[in-house]
Amino acid sequence: MISLAGRDIMHAWGKFVFTGVGLGLLIGVTLSMAGIYRGMIDDAKVLLDNSSADLWVVQKDTLGPYAEPSSIYEDTWRSIRGMPGVARAANVTYLTMQVREGQRDVRAMITGITAGEPGTPGWPPYLVAGRQITRGHYEAVADIASGFRLGERLHIRRNHYTVVGLTRRMVSSGGDPMVFIPLKDAQEAQFLKDNDAILQQRRRSAANPAFNKPGSPGLLDAVIASQSSNAYVNAVLVQINAGYGVDEVAESIRRWKRLTVYTRSQMEEILVGKLIATSAKQIGMFLVILSIVSAAIVAFIIYTLTLGKIREIAVLKLIGTRNRTIAAMILQQALALGVIGFVVGKISATLFMAPIFPKYVLLEPLDSVIGFMVVMLICVLSSIIAIRAALKVDPAEAIG
Amino acid sequence: MKKLPIQGRTLAMLAVVIPLLALFIYVGLRSGPLAPVAIMLATVESRAVTPALFGIGTLETRYTYKIGPTFAGRVQRLDVQVGDRVKAGQIFGEMDPVDLDDRVRSQNAAFKRAQAVLREAEARQTYAQTQANRYEKLFTARLTSEDIVTTRREELKIAEAGLSAAHEDLARTHADREGMVAQRNSLRLIAPADGVVAERYADPGTTIVAGQTVVEIIDPKSLWINVRFDQISASGLAKGLPARIVLRSRSGQTSQGRVLRVELKADAVTEEMLAKVVFDALPQPLPPIGELAEVTVDLAALPTMPAIPNAAIRRVGGRVGVWQIVNNDLRFTPVTLGAYDLAGFVQVREGLTSGDQVVIYSEKALTSHSRIDVVEKIPGVQQ
Repeated sequence: MISLAGRDIMHAWGKFVFTGVGLGLLIGVTLSMAGIYRGMIDDAKVLLDNSSADLWVVQKDTLGPYAEPSSIYEDTWRSIRGMPGVARAANVTYLTMQVREGQRDVRAMITGITAGEPGTPGWPPYLVAGRQITRGHYEAVADIASGFRLGERLHIRRNHYTVVGLTRRMVSSGGDPMVFIPLKDAQEAQFLKDNDAILQQRRRSAANPAFNKPGSPGLLDAVIASQSSNAYVNAVLVQINAGYGVDEVAESIRRWKRLTVYTRSQMEEILVGKLIATSAKQIGMFLVILSIVSAAIVAFIIYTLTLGKIREIAVLKLIGTRNRTIAAMILQQALALGVIGFVVGKISATLFMAPIFPKYVLLEPLDSVIGFMVVMLICVLSSIIAIRAALKVDPAEAIG
Repeated sequence: MKKLPIQGRTLAMLAVVIPLLALFIYVGLRSGPLAPVAIMLATVESRAVTPALFGIGTLETRYTYKIGPTFAGRVQRLDVQVGDRVKAGQIFGEMDPVDLDDRVRSQNAAFKRAQAVLREAEARQTYAQTQANRYEKLFTARLTSEDIVTTRREELKIAEAGLSAAHEDLARTHADREGMVAQRNSLRLIAPADGVVAERYADPGTTIVAGQTVVEIIDPKSLWINVRFDQISASGLAKGLPARIVLRSRSGQTSQGRVLRVELKADAVTEEMLAKVVFDALPQPLPPIGELAEVTVDLAALPTMPAIPNAAIRRVGGRVGVWQIVNNDLRFTPVTLGAYDLAGFVQVREGLTSGDQVVIYSEKALTSHSRIDVVEKIPGVQQ
């Protein structure tokens, strides 16, 4: 048995393939859009993964440290470390700011990591080049998305940091690359004002008679010293001992330390459900619109392809071809078009669109499978219109 | 020949479709979550790890003299400016004595008066002595009554007591005067040691409370660095260790120094240990006090042991270890780590031997099920 659809496609395969490629680019954009959506959620999840924490202890009644500002005293970790079930507790600070290197600057999330050894909560869990931080000051590990290279000197506030290590996929929930620096430097970076502001603050303090009494020399110096130190961190990352429940430890910290504690699932809920909710919805909306547009275009293409062959179909009918055969031909062609479109779409999305996109595009295999099924379904549905048009054709048109 | 057009078309079709499908399969398997994770391997090498400690500190002087009056008062004159050198004992300023000079003069007068009173008492005593002697003789010759002799003896005792009182009064007024002069002298601002004026807090005319600093003198030869080391990475810090010092204003230059002492009291709030580091040779020109300095203290090299780069260390399930490739599969090997150096090498006490291969870099976090692809360089890393 000869395949009518195959014969027809072969008849004008160039046109068919080009139509498929065009459709493929559209599907590629749709897949990329799904990838962007997944990428946004993945950004939020890797942020949590990379902190390698089981619990986040933050300022009471805040959604910190990612979704809201949170600040707690830097020595809070000691009392948390003493709670039952806590294996490790480490201070951490996060601050999104511009990091300068030479003439350019990059928006990055500065992460202050507590001194210790690799594997401490907050430290980058893996590297792609260089080494981890060994000095307590002025060293940095940067994400490769920032474009920084090993050995480069970064300017953060007034200090210079040498890039000693590079890592990958360490981003903030907004997709900004992370730059890890020692905690004490990060506290300073978070708090330190420019020299002008410091001078003015000193002048203001000196002008305040309460701080600058003639009878108590030294008071002004003490006040200024206390004004220019930062004893706060944004959160304490906690890893718990095996054998303890996450919720149980979280609850005891909440109860006895009167701080807000989030578990991994709660944190994910905050990041995905609150922090990136609007932008994710926006991308989701684009995805829906693109899908509808794609479906309409697929239907339109197949309909046009069928109408272009209307005379041949009339001839087929005239020679007594069964309706089923004609319908099968159109359906098969629609499916073939869908397959080509999907293959081209997947390739273009993976090889061309994802790498050049500024934000992370995560193309999940499951999304591709679902995408494939949706494409097939749309092809089937849109071929129905074409089949109806083909079946309604009068065989007489073949000669008339 | 008849079939050729169709065959040609089929071939052309295949020429498009087959690469497309091949590309599709490649894309499906080599990218996205199914793609193998690129990793880089490193060999465990035996090496002598030379641990070093890194801290930052500020330049301070060991001796800082804050000179000020011990009484409240007004600055009368101040002859030195910031940067002036002063010698030990040099008087470089004075407080306004207000009425102290007058009081010294008054004490002088009182002293002279006491001297006069003493002379009078001496004269009285001499006269009483003479009288007493004369009447004693007369009484011995029975020429006068015992009553009168007794009276003369009493008068002599009174005169002697008066003389003694006058002596003491003289001593008192003398001491009073000395005290007043000492007070007057304490209003002078005197350099206690050789040094340089670092700060001049008040100018003549300013009223100063007791104990307030007027001039700060430092001894530039006693320059040291108050260095802070994080407690977690300060093991081995000890007196006498060599140190390399980089000043913030001279970041290209490294000066040599040594740890003078490690403070017995650590900073409990910042969790840092404090140490004083001195220069072997003072840098010239002298750096300003308060400048930031980075200090690297080199500890003695440890015996040769297997060591790995710290980038290889991972924590999986609460245990510290490294990933190794065994039979083309990833296996997590827990290790016990020892000392580390600033170049990022860590001693491995247990778990690995020299020559073992460990995963040093990976594109993403590894699990024992990860598909891996050993590469020479992780893609995307710019050199």
